[in-house]
Formats: sequence, structure tokens, C-alpha cells
Amino acid sequence: MNRAPKVVALSVLTVALAACSGKAPELQQLGANPELPKPHRGVMPDMTIAQPTAWGDTVPTVPAGFKVSAIATDLAIPRQTLVLPNGDILVAEGRGGSAPNLKPKDVIAGKIKAKGNTQVKSGNRLTLLRDADGDGVYELKTVFADKLNAPYGLALVGNALYVANQDALVRFDYAEGQTKASGAPTKVTDLPSAINHHWTKSLAASADGSHLYVGIGSNSNITERGMAAEIDRAQVWEIDAQTGAHRTYASGIRNPTALAVQPGTGTLWAVVNERDEIGPNLVPDYLTSVRDGGFYGWPYSYWGKHVDRRVMPQNPEKVASALTPDFALGSHVAALGVAFANPAVGGNFTDGVFVGQHGSWNRNPPVGYKVVFVPFRDGKPAGDAIDFATGFRGDDGKTRGRPVGVSVDPRGAVIVADDLANTIWRITPTAVPATPAAPPSATPATPPATPSTPSAPTP
Amino acid sequence: MSTTAVVTRHWVIHPFHAAVLGGVLPLFLGALLADYAYWNTYEIQWSNFASWLLVGAMVMTTLALVCGLVGLVRGSRNGFYVIVLAVTWIVGFINSLHHARDAWAIMPAALLWSVIVTVLALIATWLGFASVRVRVGGVL
Repeated sequence: MNRAPKVVALSVLTVALAACSGKAPELQQLGANPELPKPHRGVMPDMTIAQPTAWGDTVPTVPAGFKVSAIATDLAIPRQTLVLPNGDILVAEGRGGSAPNLKPKDVIAGKIKAKGNTQVKSGNRLTLLRDADGDGVYELKTVFADKLNAPYGLALVGNALYVANQDALVRFDYAEGQTKASGAPTKVTDLPSAINHHWTKSLAASADGSHLYVGIGSNSNITERGMAAEIDRAQVWEIDAQTGAHRTYASGIRNPTALAVQPGTGTLWAVVNERDEIGPNLVPDYLTSVRDGGFYGWPYSYWGKHVDRRVMPQNPEKVASALTPDFALGSHVAALGVAFANPAVGGNFTDGVFVGQHGSWNRNPPVGYKVVFVPFRDGKPAGDAIDFATGFRGDDGKTRGRPVGVSVDPRGAVIVADDLANTIWRITPTAVPATPAAPPSATPATPPATPSTPSAPTP
Repeated sequence: MSTTAVVTRHWVIHPFHAAVLGGVLPLFLGALLADYAYWNTYEIQWSNFASWLLVGAMVMTTLALVCGLVGLVRGSRNGFYVIVLAVTWIVGFINSLHHARDAWAIMPAALLWSVIVTVLALIATWLGFASVRVRVGGVL
């Protein structure tokens, strides 16, 4: 009895999909003051799914003065990376989520969306990459730890390696040069994992290493799984590294998919994915500094105080307290990675953040599918975002890769995880050859290594 | 003087056709009641129930419509019934798509569509089973 409706619905949907191919108007949606149209939705949401294809001999397009190479392939869904003090790179691999299909729409949309993703099985492991001789070729690729549960966020504080699984924050003891974890990890604390509609648990360590920030996504697009499912969701937790005790650091932050602590200031920044199904130009995903105690609107409002009428009952008091994010990245770009640049990267890319954009599935024309650079001045975003790595999706819809996590090596390389091609890309400046020692001005004195602020190699 | 008798094949609903048509109204009505419950309580589960009841209603309506069309091709005089059932199908389909929206985005239109489609289902069912009444009572 269950199969027939699916088949009927699927074929009908295909027809309906073909019928609505209107292109979204292009609005200015980058920066502090994005244009926000009125919410609307047609009979069908626009779905433009990536058509996966192999990279072959092609590589992503990078700016003049940079070169790119694949330093690891055949991974099992690489998401976030961490550059360790000795230059080794850790890659978190996996796919999480166990959200059941609630409505007929979930059954259908799930099947369609899956076409745009990798078919590889979830790795549930950390892979270590090593370039022992510094020639840019990572000759060692080995499993550092396995049997994890959809690991995502990574952070190193001293000799403690923290991994945010989809259900718990765990800690490995790490010694420099290690290629394999010495044992099973210790659990620091459980993380909210019921349903796990947005399952990724992003992670960053505070500047002094005493606390860990974990980004926990909402359990729905816009409360369609009920408010009870949203307890402890759409939040950033601050977790005591010693005791595992946590408090809510920020809330109403729909899906904080990557966190980074700003070198120098210690400010926590996040890229956040916003809600769907109110139009191709709503709501912009954003980059923001995360304020202690801040409420960022979800579910009641978006981009500050724009009320979302899909949430009932409404909550005007919460809307009144909603903060406006710092920098819009564009609607549906699906920002999944953020990392602070450093002077060693060179060119126009010394002060700012790199943002990995997985790319849209419900927008025509599609957006994202690239790594952009948001320049900073005086510690804040200033100026337009510029493309840093493109070519992941061709105009013909053929999609070779989808960027996720980005991290920046203190020696100037930008590391990009590609979870469609199951590849790690390394983008390096060609102008200034990488020196074995870290540039003196490249990094703050003794930060904990996080995906965004890896500490300088210790001599 | 000769007389000609014009034989008109009267429509009698097939038992299978009757079975699936019998499911149309209760399922659309169930969706309407679930929508009404969501309207009153904001409890999301009612909205999920409504969506699935609509899937069931659409399956039954589709089967009944196919039976009706087959009958029409075979010369049954059930044209008005088939038209009303087809309109029920179209409105039901629009309603199903509308229910795919998230949370309160379906309201208030979901409730309205459900009222309309339930009334249409009632009329279609009435017309469909009228053929049975003709046989039994002789009067429409």
C-alpha cells in the first residue's frame, strides 16, 4: 500500500517540476544589507539538483598566483579538516542524520536530493594526510581513528584532539607526529541528537582553550517537526573542556555549520544556513560574529526582525530581541565551511575568511558551489565577497564537486574538502614559495588549533 | 407500421469501482478534520495526518476515475459523474501539493482547499452511487 502512492506522486511531481522553470531574479544579497524580497512560494518549490560528474583532468579554478592540487581522493565523504601543528591534515568523514520521513513530500524530496550527493558510504572516521618532505604531495593517507559517529567538527587544544560526532563531543589524546589514535576517545559530553534533521556538529575552541563551542542545527526547516523537537536545537553551546558542562552561548541560529575563532580578538564567528521554501532569494545564509547570549531569530524571524509567518504560535517578544547577522552570503548557497586567512596566503587573501559553499538544491539558477573570500578590515567584514575557488559546477549543470569545510595552513595553503568528489583540494600561492618555518606574522602567539586557526608548527 | 426500440445501456457501478469510490469521501473528510485540528491546536502531527490522508484519498480518486473513464468509453452514461470526479482529482492534487509546505505555511489555504475537495467528493460519490438508486428505486 505504501509503494503505489510514492510512484504516483513521484511521476506527477516530475511533470510538475518540469512545468516551473522560472528563473529567480538576481538581487544584491551580499554584505551587511542584503535586498530581501517578499516571501513567496509557488505550487512547487524550485529544485535544481546537481548532476554529479567526475573531475577527470580538470581542477577547480583558482585566482592568478595560486595553484590547486588534489592531495587526497577516494575518501568517504570528507566534511571538515584540521591542520595539525606539524602540517599533517586531519579529515572528518561521514554522513549523519536519522530524520524520519514525516510527510509524503519528505519521501519524494529525499530521493531527488540524494541524486545530487555522493553515493559513497559514510566513512565515520578521521583520515590523516601527511606531506613529510614538504613537496606538496601528501604521500601518506591513513586512518587516524574509525568507528566514530558521523564526525564533523575538529579542534586541537594542546594535546587534546576534540571531535564533534553527530551525537557527542569526544576527545582523543594527541601527540605530535601521531598517525593513529592511541585508543578509543573519551566522551566529553553528549550532544542533542534526537532526529538530527541538521546533524552536523560544528566545533571551535576558545582562544584560551578552556571552552569548546559546538554549533547545533535546528531539527527542521521551519518547525515542521513541532516545537518539542527544537529543544536545545539551533544553538551554539559553550562547553567546559574539563567538566563537559555546557551552557547555551547563542540561540535562534538555525544551522551553524562551521565555527571559527578569530585570531587576535578571540571572537567566535559562524557561517549559518538559513531557512528554505519562501523563495529563491530568501533567506540569505550568513557569516556572523556570535554574541554571547545572542538570539538570531530562528524560527520566529529571519535577518533580524522579519517575521516568518509559518511559525505558529508566533513570539513577538523573541522577534523584538533578534539580532541582525553581520554579513549575508546569498540565499541557498549552503555555506558549510569557514576559516580565517593569514598573511602567508598572500595576494588579496591575507585578512578575511574563506567560506566553503556546498551549493543550492532549491534554487534556479543554482548558486554556491564555490569557495569565496570575505575580506575583513579592523576585524570586521569589509567589502564584497570574492570568488576564490570555482568551477565546481558547470553552466550545463554537470557538477564535479561540492565544497564543504575549509581550513588554512599557517604556511599559507587553503585546504578545501569536497564531499561530492570525495577529494581534498589544496590551494597554494605560487608567488611566494612555502617556507618550512611558519611566517612570524602568520599566526597569533599560542592559539589552540581549530579548523580556522591552526597553531604555528612548534619547532 | 413497425416500432423500433432504442436500447440504452444503463450505467451500473462495478463493485470494485464502488469499493474505491467509497474510500474517496472518508479520506478527504479525514484530511479536512485533521486540517481543522491543526488550525485549532497548532499541533503539527495533525498536519502530517492530513498529508497522508490526502495521499490515500488521491489513490482512491485516481482508481475511481480510471473506472469511470473506462465505463465512459464502454458507453455508460456517467459523464457528469466522471467530470465531477475529475474536478475532485484536480482540486485534491492541488491540495496535496499545498500540504507539502512547511508548518503554518499551509494555512489558511489548506483548510479551504480541504473543504472544497470534501464537498466535491461528496457530490461525486452521490452521483456515482445514484446508479444504484436508479436500479433499486427506479427514480433518481
